[in-house]
Amino acid sequence: MFLRHAVWYYHAFLYSILRYHVTVRDALNQALDEELERDERVFLLGEEVAQYDGAYKVSRGLWKKYGDKRIIDTPITEMGFAGIAVGAAMAGLRPICEFMTFNFSMQAIDQVINSAAKTYYMSAGLQPVPIVFRGPNGASAGVAAQHSQCFAAWYGHCPGLKVVSPWSAEDAKGLLKSAIRDDNPVVFLENELMYGVPFEMSEEAQSKDFLLPIGKAKIERQGNHVTLVSHSRMVSLCLDAAAVLAKEGIECEVINMRTIRPLDAEAIETSVMKTNHLITVEGGWPQFGVGAEILARIMEGPAFNFLDAPAVRVTGVDIPMPYAKILEDNSIPQIKDIIFSVKKTLNV
Amino acid sequence: MRKMLTIISNVLRGSASRNGAELVSEGARVVVSARTYADFTPQATFDIKKCDLHKLEEGPPLQAVLTREEGLQYYRTMQTIRRMELKADQLYKQKIIRGFCHLYDGQEACAVGIETGINLSDHLITAYRAHGYTLTRGGTVREIMAELTGRRGGIAKGKGGSMHMYTKHFYGGNGIVGAQVPLGAGVALACKYLGNNEICVCLYGDGAANQGQIFETYNMASLWKLPCIFICENNKYGMGTSVERAAASTDYYKRGDFIPGLRLDGMDVLCVREATKFAAEHCRSGKGPILMELQTYRYHGHSMSDPGVSYRTREEIQEVRSKSDPISMLKDRMLSNNMASVEELKEIDVEVRKEIEDAAQFATTDPEPPLDDLCNHIFYNDPPMEVRGTNPWTKLKSVS
Repeated sequence: MFLRHAVWYYHAFLYSILRYHVTVRDALNQALDEELERDERVFLLGEEVAQYDGAYKVSRGLWKKYGDKRIIDTPITEMGFAGIAVGAAMAGLRPICEFMTFNFSMQAIDQVINSAAKTYYMSAGLQPVPIVFRGPNGASAGVAAQHSQCFAAWYGHCPGLKVVSPWSAEDAKGLLKSAIRDDNPVVFLENELMYGVPFEMSEEAQSKDFLLPIGKAKIERQGNHVTLVSHSRMVSLCLDAAAVLAKEGIECEVINMRTIRPLDAEAIETSVMKTNHLITVEGGWPQFGVGAEILARIMEGPAFNFLDAPAVRVTGVDIPMPYAKILEDNSIPQIKDIIFSVKKTLNV
Repeated sequence: MRKMLTIISNVLRGSASRNGAELVSEGARVVVSARTYADFTPQATFDIKKCDLHKLEEGPPLQAVLTREEGLQYYRTMQTIRRMELKADQLYKQKIIRGFCHLYDGQEACAVGIETGINLSDHLITAYRAHGYTLTRGGTVREIMAELTGRRGGIAKGKGGSMHMYTKHFYGGNGIVGAQVPLGAGVALACKYLGNNEICVCLYGDGAANQGQIFETYNMASLWKLPCIFICENNKYGMGTSVERAAASTDYYKRGDFIPGLRLDGMDVLCVREATKFAAEHCRSGKGPILMELQTYRYHGHSMSDPGVSYRTREEIQEVRSKSDPISMLKDRMLSNNMASVEELKEIDVEVRKEIEDAAQFATTDPEPPLDDLCNHIFYNDPPMEVRGTNPWTKLKSVS
């Protein structure tokens, strides 16, 4: 018994010094810290971001380090503080506006779309709006209908906005830094269930200048038989499904979108032209969703002729999110749904 | 025995005086060993704190009459809410309740006092700290607890959870801060429109009080003289932010500007009752909306994921518990006026505990909702339809 524990600790120790692991939460925290340090004009505002250390502890330690001027606690008034953030961006600052969850951004969505997204266009290039709206998006665990909506499709619909949806810790860090340095309004969709998940962080990613390009997808797993395209937490499920399917000789290519808008259609097309089969996987609702857009693009583009079967979408069920665990579990894609869809598509 | 009871009675009377209740009947001091209910004081009059008034010439009365029956009923209901919330805390820590859980213990006098000032045929809407109101508005402890545990016997069949419980004339349970306020005014509009002499009590917290939509609502409710009582439950903290850090003006009862307002002690169920009666009368007489600020306190943190001590001290919580607890306040008043005996109240405690235990038992053993129910209740009064599942080959059934 003692020996078993000792062996475990030895391996854990080796593992930790040989591979540096960071949770998504800490990666976001690092990105915020580094960008606040690098550029005086960057500041963070939102509910409980300062003295409470962040509702989900993403901004832990930042208020202690940077103070009231750079880390601002707001009242519970989304429309107001989002507008204030946009105004500050117009006047030369680089705000990071946190929504405690993106569900609450609906209260402020006019400011995000009409004041932030469209202004550079309306002013014919005179008035940029370098702002980042960030916060957790999509389903969590047991938070019911009003707190579980995915806004990727809503924001992805609008020209003038960049919409980013990271999956791993490296994604989170590199993309948030890029978002903050981007001179345009960026909607940064995090995921509460991913905050505590640790990922290996490469040497490169640990650098203070580590950036990931917005608008470029990443192939997380190579494969020849079917392309799985996903974003955020669903990437984990795709990889898990791929591992199960590999045992049956089906090799999935898993693409992590990283960005919703601008969509990296090229990466998806290249993959589909190789595998001839496409399945998109998302947590959000099916109608007019991220998957719907990807499928439309494939129809309209060069990859259509390479499809051996209709491209399909795996999505959340078309209902408001129920509370009871058994119902909630059956409202979002599970690994078995992805496996089922792959087999149906491949006709096996 | 007689001597001991006298001593106890004196001590309790002393603490009741500290709470501001003054005795009216000298004769009560002598009656100590009553064993039959006929010897209890049938009713007593208590002095209650004066309300702060805004744009009002007069406020609610400075005295409240409490009958023995009323007292026992208020005590029982407040104790039920208290025990139910503590049970929910326990079940949450055991992971039997999940997601969000915002507990109401400490604020019981608000829910109970308000309900006694209106009728069940009136309407009420609140935000997410709603378990107490679900009870006072007609829900049972069983249904509430089963909803928290996500079972088919829950008041919303397990589909809503903590923040989305509804009963007749109780419109939830609302998750988005501030959104319930225009909803409440809308309910009041319907009351006026239908001419049914009903009113709507529309609750929000100190955190929500800064929301723009609330001011939009004040404007329209006042313009159109809607029969709406706006009630701000000021428990001093909006999640982790104290009122001073969130509001330029913490006189929430004045924030309605052109709407008359009252500020009162939300820990005193009689204060709340009298103020609510006063406000209801104001609305029913066609004078338009009125605003009440109840100064209250929550013992728990904002939700179960907030320990509640990073932004306030344990001493502060303890101080409120020992000096201003709403249930203790009522209990002291009743005992020191011989309106009930210690044993009687203890018996109620035991009954309440049993009710909560039974409800918790039900809530943990009742099965989860059937998967057939997943897609139901999308539309009302519509023919059955198909709902897309997680993939194109899965078509699920949805009925109204």
